[in-house]
Amino acid sequence: MARATGLWGTLTAPLLRENPITLQILGLCSALAVTTSMATALTMSVALTVVLTLAAGLISLIRRHIPDTIRLIVQIVIVASLVIVIDQVLQAWFFEISRALSVFVGLITTNCLVLGRTEGFARHNPPLPAMVDAFGNGLGYSLILLVIGALRELFGKGELFGQTILPLADEGGWFTPLSLMLLAPSAFFLLGGLVWAIRSVMTGQAEAPEHVAPRQGEPAE
Amino acid sequence: MAEPDRAGPWRRFLAAPNESRGKTIAVAFAVSAVCAVLVSVATVTLRPIQAANRAAEEQARIESLVRGIPGMAGLLEQSGGTLGTVVIDLERGRAADGVTPATLEAALADPANWSAIPPAEDLADLGQRPDYAQVFLLRDGGEVSVVLLPIAGTGYNGRIDAVLALGADMTTIAGLSITRQSETPGLGARIEEAAWLSDFPGTRTRDEAGNLRFAVARGAASSVYEVDGITGATRTSNAMTRMIRFWLGPEGYGPFLDAVRRGEF
Repeated sequence: MARATGLWGTLTAPLLRENPITLQILGLCSALAVTTSMATALTMSVALTVVLTLAAGLISLIRRHIPDTIRLIVQIVIVASLVIVIDQVLQAWFFEISRALSVFVGLITTNCLVLGRTEGFARHNPPLPAMVDAFGNGLGYSLILLVIGALRELFGKGELFGQTILPLADEGGWFTPLSLMLLAPSAFFLLGGLVWAIRSVMTGQAEAPEHVAPRQGEPAE
Repeated sequence: MAEPDRAGPWRRFLAAPNESRGKTIAVAFAVSAVCAVLVSVATVTLRPIQAANRAAEEQARIESLVRGIPGMAGLLEQSGGTLGTVVIDLERGRAADGVTPATLEAALADPANWSAIPPAEDLADLGQRPDYAQVFLLRDGGEVSVVLLPIAGTGYNGRIDAVLALGADMTTIAGLSITRQSETPGLGARIEEAAWLSDFPGTRTRDEAGNLRFAVARGAASSVYEVDGITGATRTSNAMTRMIRFWLGPEGYGPFLDAVRRGEF
C-alpha cells in the first residue's frame, strides 16, 4: 500500500489517492447518516479516527501473537471496546452531540473501514506505520465527511457549524434552502459527484467497465 | 520477538505457535480481560458525569413543559427552588410504581388504567379519571414549596383543562392557569383572562377543620375561600368550583396532598 516515500506517503496516500470512501467505497453508512451538519460530521470523524488509530496500534502490537483462527474476533473485540470507551467519553463531555450521533458511534464497530485497515494493514506492519496508516485513513474519511457535511449543511440550512452563512428567505434573507440536502439521498448524490470528480482528475482510480455494450444493439423483442 | 532459548513461562508462551490450542485460548482470554477492564474503567469513571448530563436534560425538559403553561413561569421564578416531576398513583396518593413521565402516555392508553367516577362523586362531570397523573413539585431546600396539579372538568360548552398551583401548606392556591377551554367568548371564556386568574393566589381551599370550602362566588368574593364570580357566566363559574373541589377531594389529588402534608414527598 505504502508505495510512496515512507511514513509521509503512508499518511497522505489515503487522503485522495487511496481514499477509503471514494476509492474503496467503505464506511458509507455512517458517511451518509451523520453528514447533515458539520458538527456531527466532525465529531464522527474524530471518533472514527481515534478508534481506528488506537485499534491499529493495539492490533499491530500483538500482531505476531494473534492466532489466525480467531483473528477477526480479536480485532472486533478490540475495536468494539475502544468504541464503547469513545462513546462513553462523548456521552460524558459532548452530550448534545452524542445525542445527535445516537447509534452511529456504536456502529463504528462494524464500519468496514476500521476492520479493513486493521485486517489489511495493521496486522502486517509495526505499530508506528500501522498507526500512521490508520490516522491517514481516518483523515481521508474525515475529509470526505466534512466536504459532504459542509455542502449539505450550507445548502440544506444555509449554515455552517450552526452559524448562518446564507440568510434564509423565511427570515428576511434571499436563500431558499434545499430540503433535499437534509435527506439521505442527497448524500448519495454528493458522494457520487465527488467520486466522479476525483476519478476524472485521477484517471488511474477509474475502474474498468464491467460490461461492454454490444456495438449494434437491436431491441430483443 | 521471542527467544526460545531463554526459557521462562512468559517467553515460552510467546514462542508457542500461534495456532496451538493453548495459545489461542490464552490470547482470547487475555484480549477479553484487557478489553473488559478498559470498558469497565471508562464506564465507571464517567458515569457520574453522564448521570449529571441526563439529569440536566430532564430538568430542562420539565422546565420547558412548565414554562409552556401560561402564568406559571412567573410563579416559579418568584418561588425559586428546583422543579421536579413525579407520576403519582391518585388512588393511593403515592409515587406510581413502574410508571414514569416517559411511560405515562402509554399507560394512559390502556383503559385498565382508568377508573369510573361514581356519579355522586363526579363533581367535575368527567365520568372517568386516569389512575395516574404527572404532577410537578417545586422544592426549596428539600421541602415542597409549590405543587402544580393538572386538572380537568366539564364546563358550559365543553372540557376545561387547567393547572392548579398550591402553596407549601397544600391548602392555599398559588395560581391557576387555564390551558384549554371552549366557553362562551366574552362570558365564560373570561376564565382565561389574567384579571380573573389573578384573584386565585392566596385563596384558601380548606378551613381549619379541613373541610373543602373553595368556591367561585356569585358576585364579589366574601371570604378567603372564594374568588369573584364572572357576571353572566354562572354555569362556567360553577363548573370551575366543582372542578377544583373534585380534584382537591378524595377522588382527585386528596390522598396525594395528604401525603405531601405528611412530608412523604
